Amino acid sequence: MALDAMTLARIQFAANISFHILFPTITMALAWLLLFFKLRWGDRDNTWGDLYRFWVKIFALSFALGVVSGVTMSFQFGTNWPGFMEAVGNIAGPLLAYEVLTAFFLEATFLAIMLFGRQRVSNRVHTLATALVCIGTTLSAFWILALNSWMHTPTGHVLRDGVAHAADWSAVIFNPSFPYRFAHMLVASGLTTAFLVAGLSAYRLARGSGAPDALLGLKVGVYLGAMLIPLQILLGDLHGLNTLAHQPAKIAAMEGIWTTQRNAPAILFALPDAQTRENHYEIAIPGLASLYLTHTWDGEVRGLDDFADHPPVAPVFWSFRIMVGVGLLMLILSWTAASVLLRGRALPRYLLLCLTATTFSGWVAVLAGWYTTEVGRQPWLVTQVLRTADAVASNVTATQIGVSLSLYLTLYAVLIVAFIAVLFSLARRADAPALPEPQRLNLREQPP
Amino acid sequence: MIPGDLAGADLLLPLLFAGLMAFAILVYVILDGYDLGVGILLPLAGSDLERDTMVSAIGPFWDANETWLVLGVGILLVAFPRAHGIILTHLYLPVALMLAGLILRGVAFDFRVKVEARRKRLWDHAFFVGSLLAALAQGTMLGYWITGFSATGFALGIGVALAGGYALLGAGWLILKSDGPLQERAVFWARLALWFTAAGIAAVSLATPLVNPRIFAKWFSLDTLFALLPIPLMSVALVALLAVFLARLAQDTRNCNQFGLQRWAWAPFAGSATLFALAFLGLAHSMFPYLVPDRLTLWEAASATESLWFMLWGILIAVPAVIGYSAYCYRVFRGKAEPLSYY
Repeated sequence: MALDAMTLARIQFAANISFHILFPTITMALAWLLLFFKLRWGDRDNTWGDLYRFWVKIFALSFALGVVSGVTMSFQFGTNWPGFMEAVGNIAGPLLAYEVLTAFFLEATFLAIMLFGRQRVSNRVHTLATALVCIGTTLSAFWILALNSWMHTPTGHVLRDGVAHAADWSAVIFNPSFPYRFAHMLVASGLTTAFLVAGLSAYRLARGSGAPDALLGLKVGVYLGAMLIPLQILLGDLHGLNTLAHQPAKIAAMEGIWTTQRNAPAILFALPDAQTRENHYEIAIPGLASLYLTHTWDGEVRGLDDFADHPPVAPVFWSFRIMVGVGLLMLILSWTAASVLLRGRALPRYLLLCLTATTFSGWVAVLAGWYTTEVGRQPWLVTQVLRTADAVASNVTATQIGVSLSLYLTLYAVLIVAFIAVLFSLARRADAPALPEPQRLNLREQPP
Repeated sequence: MIPGDLAGADLLLPLLFAGLMAFAILVYVILDGYDLGVGILLPLAGSDLERDTMVSAIGPFWDANETWLVLGVGILLVAFPRAHGIILTHLYLPVALMLAGLILRGVAFDFRVKVEARRKRLWDHAFFVGSLLAALAQGTMLGYWITGFSATGFALGIGVALAGGYALLGAGWLILKSDGPLQERAVFWARLALWFTAAGIAAVSLATPLVNPRIFAKWFSLDTLFALLPIPLMSVALVALLAVFLARLAQDTRNCNQFGLQRWAWAPFAGSATLFALAFLGLAHSMFPYLVPDRLTLWEAASATESLWFMLWGILIAVPAVIGYSAYCYRVFRGKAEPLSYY
């Protein structure tokens, strides 16, 4: 495969958006969790306050990473995909503009009061600022998922000379896949945050922390995860049925079904082969796919051969399985841990270590889920409206994209390592006895 | 200049959106300009404590300030999609460098106070490098854009000048938000940066008409010359006034005249911001009505009217609200900067 401008542009965009989504996924739900801590805290001094003080730092760091990578995204629509804006800018533009106007300013401004304003405003105003940050992050998700869902299932527009014009804005925003995608993503954010909170708290406890906020954090994370995971499985199923109705080729790729058939099997493992258009080493349960897709054992499921355009099968097939696999792992782990905690016992060490290992499991599931749905939309950028190949920048050279891609990749690699390292370091220092900061003790540097 | 065959909304809506975009960019340049300026000045601080105070002086504001850039580029994207594609693909590398700079600067705020103490200096360096890189890249983008994407040397010169201008804004902001030795240093920095800024503005003002005959004609025709004369005259007067003022403040710091110092501490920032606004106005006059110099006017680049209407309502409601709660936030964090802490 030659690395032409289009391939590089796609790698760059995928790298950027994959890096970006990690952080809003945390901040969206963590904002609401912090509001919950804040409300439980009240104005007394208690463990909820310790929990708030610890997690607000991680929130601030995640938020900053989300902001800077989001600013990058807003430029890349123009630098990498000018064809996208020419064809569907009339739809995409206003939705993005509403995100900036209703969400970005709101969250950025009140974040300052939430983070640093506790001494400068009343407790009530501080709680209000925290609530406004929550609303801002969720509104942001609302607009961006409205646009993304429209790209999957476009409605409410008319095409004139290949350019989309909005005819009915409410049909554009509330397009068929939007409610499912929005709900699925919000709960995904909740799960990511639940396992992050549970994971870092478990890490502290495994290191011998006796701090009450480590135990409380563990309980909050485990219970939240245990409550959300069944909901997410239900929402995922509904989202899948919605996709079957609107993007059947994506479902065929997710299931790895090449030929249209009744009594279609649910494939647990296979190596899809795009050349011979069949699966190798298939392990499958007969009839199960028909059952959960059509809710009858002999329901007909359309195969990939039925579609003139269909996405590449292997990446969709595999990322879907990774997402489901992580989901099942989350179910087992959170229910096991919750059942121990509910009986009032401390978690055994092996469970603490398992939870620590799955601190970032939400990230894996979210990325795998997004790859499933985004690669599953190919070869379309906007289903039946615009092909990906027609949207790439024509006058940016492969060299230029190569330079910027290496720059971003280096930066993102450093930042992700630094982020994870700082999170664990904060967790360690939360239990370390407070040491005077060495540079403060340097008398030479004291102001006269 | 204004197309005769357009009327009503087709004529006015693009004009209105161009005005809003210009407003967002000007607000960005002044507000994030002082943030980036403080970042550029960071290595000159005398101690770790001073660096903490400098970062505290911009900590609560930078995020919202940077959002004005997203709004500006968002309006370009949304209201003028054709110009957005052309401009951003031509400015591909400087934009990538600016974004890398903004990423470094933005995350360094948080990392520098959360990493272990021995790593803090590393993130201070990242803060400085990010701020400087973003300022240089933005100036280079401006230089490329006004020359129609040709003169590289000229563009890089504008990059250096803009970094100097941001340092002026940053020093002005620090004079307002600090006291003691840091304030004294900031006065000194402002006096240096002022000459950088003045030279930069003079260079752009002289070079643009010379490289572009259309701009020459716009400024030096007899019927408009007198209407435009106040812009350069006021700029020159403002530079002189700032120079005198900063000299006074320097004297006040030597004499420990706290009263004079604190009473006029707002003036250098206000003066520098006005200087930026005047330069911006002159530039806007030079470029109007082109979004891509001599190739694409704002009417040619505008998107469909129904999309502009849908956005206009949002903007008319949201922008005043944004200005309102931003003002509230500035009020909450008024006064001299204190070391920031979560609680």
